[in-house]
Amino acid sequence: MSLLSRKGVNLSIKELDSDIAHFRDISISIGSIRHDTWQEPMGPTPFPTLSTLRAWDHTLLARYKPFYLPFCDLCCLCTYGKCDLTNHKRGACGITMAAQQSRTVLIAACIGAATHIGHARELLTYLIEKFGRDLPVNVGVGVEVEAPVTRLVCGIRPQTLGDLEPVLDYCENQVTQLLAVTHTGQEGSSLDFESKVFHAGMIDQVGMEVADIAQISALGFPKADPESPLADLGLGTVDVKKPVILVIGHNVTPSAGIINYLRKEGILSEVEVTGICCTALDITRYSSRAKVIGPISWQLRYIRSGVPDVIVIDEQCVRADTLQEAARVRTPLIATSEKNCLGLPDRTHDSIDDIVSDFVDGSVPGALILDPEKAGEVAARTARLVAPKRKKQGVEPSKEELARLVKKCTQCMLCRRACPNDLPIAQAIKAAAGGNNDLLDELYDDCVGCGRCESACTQKLPVHSMIVAAADQKTRNESYCIRTGRGPIQDTEIRKVGGPIVLGEIPGIVAFVGCANYPKGSREVAEMCSEFAKRRYIVCTSGCSAMSAGMYRDEEGKTVYERYSGVFEAGGVVNVGSCVSNAHIAGAAIKIASIFARRPLRGNYEEIADYVYNRVGAVGVAWGAMSQKAAAIAAGFWRLGIPVVVGPHGTKYRRMLLGRSDKNEDWYVYDARSGEKVYGGPVPEHLFFAAETKEEAMVMVAKLTMRPNDTSKGRANKLANYIDLHKRLVGGIPPDVHLFVRNPADIPLTMRDEVTTHLKQHDWKEQPIPDPTLLPRLIHKKRV
Amino acid sequence: MPLNESWQTAEVPGPKKASLIIKPDIADAMIRRAKHPIMIVGHGIIEYEVEGLKLIDYLIELAKKSHIPVVVTASTNREFLNRGFSPAALMPAVDIGNRLTDPTWKGFDGKDAYDLAIFVGLPYYMEWTILSGLKHFAPNLKTMTLDCVYQPNASWSFPNSTIKDWVVNLKGIVDGLGD
Repeated sequence: MSLLSRKGVNLSIKELDSDIAHFRDISISIGSIRHDTWQEPMGPTPFPTLSTLRAWDHTLLARYKPFYLPFCDLCCLCTYGKCDLTNHKRGACGITMAAQQSRTVLIAACIGAATHIGHARELLTYLIEKFGRDLPVNVGVGVEVEAPVTRLVCGIRPQTLGDLEPVLDYCENQVTQLLAVTHTGQEGSSLDFESKVFHAGMIDQVGMEVADIAQISALGFPKADPESPLADLGLGTVDVKKPVILVIGHNVTPSAGIINYLRKEGILSEVEVTGICCTALDITRYSSRAKVIGPISWQLRYIRSGVPDVIVIDEQCVRADTLQEAARVRTPLIATSEKNCLGLPDRTHDSIDDIVSDFVDGSVPGALILDPEKAGEVAARTARLVAPKRKKQGVEPSKEELARLVKKCTQCMLCRRACPNDLPIAQAIKAAAGGNNDLLDELYDDCVGCGRCESACTQKLPVHSMIVAAADQKTRNESYCIRTGRGPIQDTEIRKVGGPIVLGEIPGIVAFVGCANYPKGSREVAEMCSEFAKRRYIVCTSGCSAMSAGMYRDEEGKTVYERYSGVFEAGGVVNVGSCVSNAHIAGAAIKIASIFARRPLRGNYEEIADYVYNRVGAVGVAWGAMSQKAAAIAAGFWRLGIPVVVGPHGTKYRRMLLGRSDKNEDWYVYDARSGEKVYGGPVPEHLFFAAETKEEAMVMVAKLTMRPNDTSKGRANKLANYIDLHKRLVGGIPPDVHLFVRNPADIPLTMRDEVTTHLKQHDWKEQPIPDPTLLPRLIHKKRV
Repeated sequence: MPLNESWQTAEVPGPKKASLIIKPDIADAMIRRAKHPIMIVGHGIIEYEVEGLKLIDYLIELAKKSHIPVVVTASTNREFLNRGFSPAALMPAVDIGNRLTDPTWKGFDGKDAYDLAIFVGLPYYMEWTILSGLKHFAPNLKTMTLDCVYQPNASWSFPNSTIKDWVVNLKGIVDGLGD
């Protein structure tokens, strides 16, 4: 078998007579053709299309039926509409409310997947141009399975950057097909829409993996390094005496261009390169001298502080009003992505001197520069020249101005009614008008920085800036650290923890991922991370959650990254990196099945997912999930059988996927040893669950790590955590604990009396522990 | 402040909106008419206190007088237990919402499907989405919210009002149920 790049040509001629000579068995290869040396036989589902894994999806969806939560009574997607779908009415195209919700979820998942795949494509094209198609994929010593998701889904083993191109071709094709499904008059079944959501999620995982392994291989990021360096985190870490550059977004190449220029000129230590969102995480992987300011919610407050002298934006999660905000503080802005041009003139082909000169004399507010290296040089040179002139003038009110502004408030409450978190803003302003700024100061901790309060204010008060001004001491004290994204998990780490995870001695893997639309601020993520690490779970972090996890210090003054190791082990806190690094968390679960349990990996999605679902106690937590990308990431975990818990805002994703623990008939599995269908218990109970509070989330996470395969020792360990968290955070023994005890050996020793009493009250009966599978084809299958 | 506008300004549902409970008697009538009601109490209720009295105490009184079983979500349980009141069930809000869409579910007492679900104390936007789910997928269930903000996806909702008015309304409901 050979891998053929989309630009390659393979010509074989058996026999050719010509005037010159007679040729036999000629083979000519043009382009990138690589002989595949992967000996593993191809599995049943390489490069799956929309319906290939439909049966697996429907198996999961039979357990986890959607609970639809319509965000609107209408469908507005075509000119038949608007269509009123209330009272079980169908739309003009015949669609039901249920199908319309799933369709909307699919659109969101397609947007998310397309965003990661588009990012991957742009990155890969750039890296191939710079380093060549033959640059080896190298994600670290001790990582032989370099691309577990790609291997699993596509059935190929990428060895060079060029090998990743056909993988992205496949992803792009599938997203196009999936998006087509959402057209009027295509799919009509809500569950088939849901299956396609899962497909979009799986494709998204492949795209993310391609993006991250390409940048790790080419840009010298930490390669599966558990001891990747710590980087500074927080507004308070910035040396404001230096020129400061702010990078925002997700595509690291322009930021790398800045570092390259500063390194080349030997002035890296003279300029502060700071970042928000995933570009920040990735630039610290490129140079740990760079600094992370915070999650996406820090955009307004940091720009308005006037500290950044130049802003460089790339793609994804960049505020659409960044240019206007930058202009207010006279900060030049450089846009660097075709996806986000902001109406700026394209100056890609202008001379660097001219662009810098225009920025320095203030004649232009911004420029579009679609060349990462050039953008980097322009940013660095401009920052050094404008910094002395700008003097870091921000627009946040002084204490005196604040005292004057708060008196203008009419208490109309529109700020509060516009606030996503329903924060008592008007009440805090009223208190401030009476001379007490404490309530405003407190709001800072819970504010998601969206600025909707300002848009709503009839008095045009800069409400968000007033909150930040009241909390100026807090912002100055934001001085933390984050372990730079390490990338994949080593195969050797998997071999060490695979057994303890599957047996339950390590109670679970908890991954804190996603955006920063938190109901009560970043602190909750840090507290949850710390709690699960303390309880010897393996804790993973990525994206904005990785930053939030580091933004608080314990009683000894340590962040979670200083307190706990970065090793993928019990009690480790493992920052894999940016959004696209999420693929490594799925990859770790896949590798447990393939490396530890030796399940065939190649193009063998169902079997691996069945293994992960039944045996690997992994749970994702996207506490501030906001974006379509988060929807796609979650969907990728669902198809792999990994439950995801979101915060209360997550109900806006239009539906939950919830199990019914009271319906025993839903929880039967095949016992692979006997082929009999046996009761496996309601584990994991839900696939997609929105928690109301942090406390509810923590209890649910502990519950969702249970799997039907748990040994008694493992189940006792998981139950001990579940019961203890429930008692501490909710009160009393969990009312459903009898559903998770299969035999007396499952009962935690220290809780034997109270659990036994509970079992007696609930007519409990002993259950066997199966060798669980949902796939009949795996019954009695002996492996060597 | 407009009485029947969504409290969070942008949370506009569409053509089907809640009827207003303009006086506590209406809520009382709904409760009396229900054959198998249930009350779902979220953690938000714990935060409110007026003139030294916690609003949770009104709910406990209401539950006792009307014999409505209470389901508590999140970490609300401890507050009830501290007051010597045992809820009928502890269950996450999305979980109870999901079960209420199932017409074959016989409830915590195993008797029958619930015909009235009273919500109070969940985060506004979360209650909004759950009530939307019930509006569309639980056609035989009436929903009512006792919060002091208008919830358009309920069958019946109080208008946007002050905390003080809220207390008056809750007290009015309790008093209207008699002894």
